Amino acid sequence: MVSDQDIRKTIVDTAFKCGESTHIGGSLSMVELLNVLFGEVLDHRPEEPEWPARDLFILSKGHAVLGYLAVLHLYGYFDADKLATFQTDGSDLIAHPVKKPQLGIESSNGSLGQGLSFGLGLALGMELKNEDRRVYVMLGDGECNEGSVWETAALAAERGASRLCAIVDENHFRNDGATTTYANKIQLAGVWRAFGWNVIEIDGHDRDRIRDAFAAARAHGDGPTVIVANTIKGRGIDFMEANNDWHHNRITSNIYRDCLRALGLEPVDG
Amino acid sequence: MVEISKRNSRAWSRIGIRATYGQALSGYAAENPNVIALSADLGRSSGLDRFSKEYPRQFINTGIAEQNMVGVAAGLARSGFDVFASTFAPFASMRASEQVRMNMGYMGEPVKLVALGSGFAMGFLGNSHYGLEDLAVMRAIPGLTIVSPADCAEIYKTIEACIGYPKPVYIRLTGAVNCPVVYEEDYDFELGKAVWIKPAADITVISAGTTVGHCLKAADMLAEQGLAIGLLNMHTIKPLDKEALAHAASVSSLLIVVEEHMRAGGLGSAVLEHFAEVGAPRCRVVTHGIPDRYGETGAYSYMLKISGLDADGIARLIKRETANA
Repeated sequence: MVSDQDIRKTIVDTAFKCGESTHIGGSLSMVELLNVLFGEVLDHRPEEPEWPARDLFILSKGHAVLGYLAVLHLYGYFDADKLATFQTDGSDLIAHPVKKPQLGIESSNGSLGQGLSFGLGLALGMELKNEDRRVYVMLGDGECNEGSVWETAALAAERGASRLCAIVDENHFRNDGATTTYANKIQLAGVWRAFGWNVIEIDGHDRDRIRDAFAAARAHGDGPTVIVANTIKGRGIDFMEANNDWHHNRITSNIYRDCLRALGLEPVDG
Repeated sequence: MVEISKRNSRAWSRIGIRATYGQALSGYAAENPNVIALSADLGRSSGLDRFSKEYPRQFINTGIAEQNMVGVAAGLARSGFDVFASTFAPFASMRASEQVRMNMGYMGEPVKLVALGSGFAMGFLGNSHYGLEDLAVMRAIPGLTIVSPADCAEIYKTIEACIGYPKPVYIRLTGAVNCPVVYEEDYDFELGKAVWIKPAADITVISAGTTVGHCLKAADMLAEQGLAIGLLNMHTIKPLDKEALAHAASVSSLLIVVEEHMRAGGLGSAVLEHFAEVGAPRCRVVTHGIPDRYGETGAYSYMLKISGLDADGIARLIKRETANA
């Protein structure tokens, strides 16, 4: 059993060890969502990553790769030595996903607004082959500024793509600050509803609600589902929470100690 | 594969390039349920009307949303389907260029992206619909194979070669109805291997797309005047057939690249880049394409004429360059 705490600790450790700025806030906001997905929802075999009957996960908000890699590592896709190459010269584990199905990474992302259309193509392929598999695509609320997201949203609804489940990690921030687009006159869930999707709104840190949402998505046979998950950017490290300075930043030795304390762990001296 | 004959080639030419594309793809879809056609709401403009009615399971109109079309095509291609996604050239290559880069280039998903009406083929629809820069954009993306068929028969050959081909391909369709026939009988077609339409001579023309047919007419006109011209159909613009270029450079003293594309970044650029790298000590290389501006517009035949890309214009170009030698 992988705990949310394990994932957060792995994120912080990896960010600290690489010594570079990393997208830590958006990695921390999706921890519970990914943990429930990989632990209880996805039909997958980490020991056989390219198992043909697996469900597929696409990290469309590719900059949050650190959270994804922490999860892949803790679920057994690759070992600690591999993870330790994160953001080091020549590594394939960098600040955005690089397609490598043998490591559990199904697609290259980083350019926002593209993962959902690739995911829709995968879902339509499964439908054409009458395969009982599903595609899960994680997006950010800032990413939903990209027009291409809505091109896909419209087609997925039109085609009744029931095998497609989007998750929006609505952590309310983008690079420059608040995601003001969806803060006042437009509600993100409402837009998805207008596009004809089955919309489930949840607290994205409440494991029971997350579990229920994925079950409801699976049970919904009449088109695509989006789980709009209300989350806190930087969740779990108190001084990073809803603090967009931690959208992309470097963890120094002192900050690393603070991170461990925030996670309720005793910093080890030296 | 349908028989290539004088009769068929003429019939295809009459219905035109885009209708032939749809007809050819329908033929392959009938025998191969793995073939999927995607269109960004240009099915009726690309002969896919019949395809969509006869093989609805294998056809998706993605709506007027080219970026999404390329992403969806990539997901389907990853799932093992032979996906042909089509829209007009500027929308395929520029509206969706970053999707092409990520999905077809970076990830290498083997989508076959079909650029309809490239060059001046859209006639009165004007510069918004012309494909004048698509090769420059697509050539810069690593991993893409770029093909531009010379005539309708070569469209059949291209589609056949692309089915099961494990790499992404950008298929550039120039030409319209009544495009010149290049092939009236079967021939060997292989991606990456240029075809000698007329053997290399002291003056050799290199071209691609339906411009090859206009070059052929020009060469025939000049032959009547006693001037032998070599003609190479470089149907695959990337990767270039370097052996064919080496042969041309060893035989010819003048190589003229003729294309329906901006001079920047197209086949002419590719050939010049190649010779800049390997040298062509015996021969001079000149390129003829479209000048660096958005000019006046008109019917396709008019555009070819004012650009010196019809047979008369190409013949004049060859004579002029020969005189300069």
